[in-house]
Amino acid sequence: MERTALRRRLTWQVGTVTEIREETATARTLVVDVPDWPGHLAGQHLDVRLTAPDGYRASRSYSLASAWTGETIELTVEEVPDGEVSPYLVEVLKVGDPLEVRGPVGGWFVWRPEQTGPIQLIAGGSGVVPLMAILRAHAAAGSTTPAKLLYSVRRPTSVIYLSDLKEIAASEDVEVTFAYTREAPPGEPRVGRVDAGLLDAITFGPKDEPTTYVCGPTPFVEAVADLLVGAGHDPARVKTERFGPTGGPR
Amino acid sequence: MTADVPTYLDGNAAAGALREVFAVDLTAAIGRCNGCGRTGAFAEARLYVDAPGMVARCSGCDGVLLRVVNTPTDTYLDLRGLTYLRVSSAE
Repeated sequence: MERTALRRRLTWQVGTVTEIREETATARTLVVDVPDWPGHLAGQHLDVRLTAPDGYRASRSYSLASAWTGETIELTVEEVPDGEVSPYLVEVLKVGDPLEVRGPVGGWFVWRPEQTGPIQLIAGGSGVVPLMAILRAHAAAGSTTPAKLLYSVRRPTSVIYLSDLKEIAASEDVEVTFAYTREAPPGEPRVGRVDAGLLDAITFGPKDEPTTYVCGPTPFVEAVADLLVGAGHDPARVKTERFGPTGGPR
Repeated sequence: MTADVPTYLDGNAAAGALREVFAVDLTAAIGRCNGCGRTGAFAEARLYVDAPGMVARCSGCDGVLLRVVNTPTDTYLDLRGLTYLRVSSAE
């Protein structure tokens, strides 16, 4: 990323939706062309602002789903029932429409290719979005740093990026595990929340000194972060990002 | 508001509003709480967005660290709950 891009104050700019991909029944990915986008790091996010005809504005923060390749950006939006912003993005917005964005923002919950040590990613629901960006950046950089994703979802049909995850999991450096909380696919006996036993069995342990990224709804993130610290992980290496029922700040 | 589901987000979600005012990212900055003395990344603070504006609270003592309020013409910043913010000069 260019230094000038980091040092100036951020302003809103207008991009154009160039492609839309349905991910699940309630989530879709928007591919947006933003002419002055300065590039971004995996894990960063952006704000989206909608303006009503009467001038009323609402903005929400969304994670960037893609690694920066120099062209378009991607965000994946899960519809929040009765939400102010997400129903428009999921149901109404179409290819060719303008979209007002501000970003990239956030320098804490990020992964840089030059970073050392294993990567442990733990997602709750649509918290997988920034973690997918990290896996995509990891692949794009040709990194051989070991990476593991533990993805907690309600049921198989809730999984976002299923085909991409299968492809990424074929790499010998990356391991993907699903934890189903309501309904598992045939042949998968475990149904339940992420607990200490599961973390101990399939994630990097404290001795591996991983950097751990936990993203999901606030209660999920708090529970998982507490379990990790309780298991002996250094709290400074457990990075968290929470989203709430409103899907982000106003 | 119900007591059983936490209503807060975290400092990451304040990144956009802060970057309208500051030229550097403050969410990765290390802050010290003026109430209990705890230090940590601002991104890990609890952020309440249901108020008019945003309120960041210490995850240790729940004391107010920072408040940001945007009006159509100005941004108000109240930083009294932070003893300091340490921003990396690296980037």
